[in-house]
Amino acid sequence: MADTARDPPPDRTDFHEVEDGEDLFLEPSAIQESEPASLSAVDISTNSNGPKQDSFFDDDNEDLFAEATEEVSLDSPERDVLLSDGPSPAITPITPPTSVIAPRIGNTHDDMFTHSSFDEVEEEDGGDSFDIHLSVSDPEKIGDGMNAYMAYKVTTKTSMSLFKQRDFSVKRRFSDFLGLHGKLASKYLHIGYIVPPAPEKSIVGMTKVKVGKEDQSSNDFVEKRRSALERYLMRTVKHPILLKDPDVLQFLESSELPRAVNTQALSSAGILRMVNKAADAVNKMTIKMNESDAWFEEKQQHFENLDVQLKKLHASVESLVCHRKELSVNTAQFAKSAAMLGNSEDHTALSRALSQLAEVEEKIDQLHQDQANADLYLFSELLGDYVRLISAVKGVFDQRMKTWQKWQDSQMLLQKKREAEAKLQFTNKPDKLQQAKDEIKEEIEEVGPAPPVCLCCPPDCLLHAFISLI
Amino acid sequence: MMQEEVNEATSVLSIYGHTIKVTEVLQDGDTLTFIIVSQKLSGTGEYHVDRTYEDFEWLQQHLYAQEDVPGLQGVIFPPLPVRPQVNASAKVMKQLGFLGLGEWQPYCKALETFLRQVAAHSILRKNKAVEVFLTSTDPPGRQKLRRNIFNRLSQAVEGLRKEGHKDVDEFFHTERDHNLVLTGHTRTAAEKFLDVVLTEQKIAVACGHFAAALHICVENGEDPEKKAFSRVCVKLSQVFDSIKKNMTSIAVNDMNTLGLALDLGSRYLEAEKEMLFRRTCKLVELENARKNAERAKPVKKNAMEEVKKAAEGEFEQICKVAKQEIVQLNQERVEMLQKNLIQWCEQQLQTAKEGADAYNQHLQAFIAMA
Repeated sequence: MADTARDPPPDRTDFHEVEDGEDLFLEPSAIQESEPASLSAVDISTNSNGPKQDSFFDDDNEDLFAEATEEVSLDSPERDVLLSDGPSPAITPITPPTSVIAPRIGNTHDDMFTHSSFDEVEEEDGGDSFDIHLSVSDPEKIGDGMNAYMAYKVTTKTSMSLFKQRDFSVKRRFSDFLGLHGKLASKYLHIGYIVPPAPEKSIVGMTKVKVGKEDQSSNDFVEKRRSALERYLMRTVKHPILLKDPDVLQFLESSELPRAVNTQALSSAGILRMVNKAADAVNKMTIKMNESDAWFEEKQQHFENLDVQLKKLHASVESLVCHRKELSVNTAQFAKSAAMLGNSEDHTALSRALSQLAEVEEKIDQLHQDQANADLYLFSELLGDYVRLISAVKGVFDQRMKTWQKWQDSQMLLQKKREAEAKLQFTNKPDKLQQAKDEIKEEIEEVGPAPPVCLCCPPDCLLHAFISLI
Repeated sequence: MMQEEVNEATSVLSIYGHTIKVTEVLQDGDTLTFIIVSQKLSGTGEYHVDRTYEDFEWLQQHLYAQEDVPGLQGVIFPPLPVRPQVNASAKVMKQLGFLGLGEWQPYCKALETFLRQVAAHSILRKNKAVEVFLTSTDPPGRQKLRRNIFNRLSQAVEGLRKEGHKDVDEFFHTERDHNLVLTGHTRTAAEKFLDVVLTEQKIAVACGHFAAALHICVENGEDPEKKAFSRVCVKLSQVFDSIKKNMTSIAVNDMNTLGLALDLGSRYLEAEKEMLFRRTCKLVELENARKNAERAKPVKKNAMEEVKKAAEGEFEQICKVAKQEIVQLNQERVEMLQKNLIQWCEQQLQTAKEGADAYNQHLQAFIAMA
C-alpha cells in the first residue's frame, strides 16, 4: 500500500525492496552505515569522529539542533535506524553503550546523503528474510491481592541471525510491555517513526483479576489483553527498524527484565505524563503551522477522515458484540424456563417437545456466544487497534508541528539577536558587541540555516512504517 | 336504551365466528380505533364496525353481568388484553409484553382471538352484547356498568384469605395446584422469550448501523488501494444488510408464533385462576351457609335452610360448568401450543435456509474478490 501518488525519487527504490521482507539483517553494527541526518542527537558533527557521549536524547526537542552544524539538503536521505541510548524515561538504559556504535559513525559520514545503508545491507547480508513467529500465551496469575499481576509467556521462533537462539521464551508482565513502548516512543517518535501503540491500561479490569474473581468477564479481559499484546509485539517486530532496536531484542530474549516502574499510573512519571499530555493538547490548539508540503496536508486530512470513520465502525461493532452476548444470555434463560415449563406440563408429548426445545435453545445460546466472540476478535479488536494506530500517526504529525514551532521560535530568537548586534554596532560598545556576536554564533549553532529534516521526513518512510504495522 | 335490551334477552349470533378479523388499527392522537370485519351467516356480505378499547370493555362487562345463566361463574372468560397505550411507559410496555411490539399487529391479533373465542363459546355467544358489538354501526354505550361480582378490587382483598382454602373435591384440588405452577412457568417463559425477541431486534438495528458506517468509508478516487478498500466496504456492508434482514425475520417469526402462543397461554391460565377463585369463594359461602343453617335458631331455621339449598345448587352448577371448561381449556391450550410450535419451527427453518443461501452467495463473492 505504498503511496503511489508521490513520485519517489530514484534513490528510494531501495527502500521499497526492503519492504518485501528482504534482508535487513546484519549485525547491528552494520546498520550504522548510514548516518541519520544531522539533526539526530547522536551527533554527527563533521568535526568529530565519534558521537558525543553526553548528547543524549530527551523528550525536549531542543537538542535536535545541538549538533546541526552542516548543511542539510532538503531531499534528505532516509532516516536510518537510530541505535542510540535515548534515556528511556522508564529505566536506566540497558541498550549497548554508544562506544560500540561509535567507531563506525565517522567512516560512513560521507555516505550520509546516499542510501548506501540499504545497499550495503542488502549486499552484505546472507539473505535473512523476515521470519519471526511470536506468540503471547499462558497467562498466569502471580502473587496475591493488590500486588498480584498476570505474567504472560512470550515465545519467539525465528531463523533470523539477529537473535541468539532459534526458539526461546520469556515471562513478561503487562508493565514490561508498556515499558518497552515507552522506550521506543522516546527514541523514535520525534524523528518521525510511527511506534505501534501498546494496549491500554485498565484499572477496572486488572482489579477484578487481582481480587481473584474467577468469572467470565475477567477471563474475557485476560484473553482480550493477551491477544492485544500479541498483536502489539507482532506489529513492533514487523517494523524493520524497531526490530533491530536493542530494547526490543532484550525484551524478547533476556530472562530477567528490570521492572518498568514508571509505567504505573500513579507513579511520578505517570503524573508527569498526564501533565505533558494536557500541555500538548493546549499547544496543539495554539500552534498554527504554515503547511508548505502538500503531501503532508493531504495525508493529514486523509488520516483525520480515516480516524472518524474507523471510530464510527468500531463503535457500531462494539454495540453489535454487546447485543450478541446479551442474546446468548437471554437464550440461555429462555432455555431454562422452557425446560421448567416442560416439566410441569401433564401432556406427555407437549412436555417432551418443550424439553427438546430447551435443549435446542441451549445449543443456540452457545452459537450466539461463538458468533459474538468471532465478531469481537475479527472486527472489534482489530478496529480498535487501528483507531489507536491512527492516534499514533497523529502523534507523529503533532511532533512534526512541534518541531516546526521550535524551529520558528529559534529563528525568531536568532533574528532578535542579530538585530541587537546591529544596534550595538551602531552604538559602538565593543564588549557588548562581542557578547552579542557570541550569542549569535550559539544561536546559529542551534538553529541551523535550514528547516529541520523531520519536516521533510521522507514520506515513504512514514508510510512504509505504517503499512508494516497493518 | 340499548343496554336494557341487551340485559333482557339472549340472541343468536348472526355471523360466522371464525371469520372475525381485526383488519386494521387507526391512530388518532392517543386513541386507537380497531376495524372489525365479520361474515354474515346469511351469506349476503360482511359487517364492518369500528371499535375502541372502551367498547371492548363494555362487551366484557356485559359478559360478566349476564343474568339467569346457571353456573356463569364457572366459565373461564376469554381474556381481554390490557389497555393499549400510545407512547407507552416502560411499566405499561412490560405489561403488554408481546402485544406491545411492532405497530400493534400482535395486539390486533390478540383482540381478534378474544372475539373469536367469545363467539365460539356456547354460553357467551348467546349474550346479545356480542351481536351488538359485532354488527351495530353505532358504537355501543361506553358508560361503566353497575358493580358486579367480578369487581377485581374486592377479589384482591379477599384473595389472600380464600385462595389457600382447602377444597372438597380431588379434581379441583389438583387443578388449583397445577394451575398455580403452570401459570408461573408460562408467564416466565413468555417474559424470557420476549427478552430474546427484543435483543434480536437490537442486533438487527446494530447491523444496520454498521452497514451504514461502512458506506461512509467508501471513497471515490483513482487510487487502486482506495478502490479496493471501497469495494470491500461495499461488499461487507451488503453482508451486514443481509444479517439485518435475517435477524429481523427471525424476530418476526418468534413474535407471530411462539410469542403470541405463550402470551395467550399465560393470559388464559390467569383467567382459569380467576374462575377457580370464584368457585372457591362460592365454596366458602356454601360452607358458611351450612354452618348458619345448623346453628340457626328455630325461628330462622327455615330461612337459613333456603339459603343453604340455594348455595348448594349454585355451587353444583358452577362445578359442573367449571369442569367442562377446564377440560376444554387444557385440550385447547395443548393444541394451540403444538400448532404454534410447529409453525414457529417451519418459519424459522425457512428463514434459516434463506439466510444460509444469502450468506453463501456473499462468501463466494468475497472468495472471488480475493
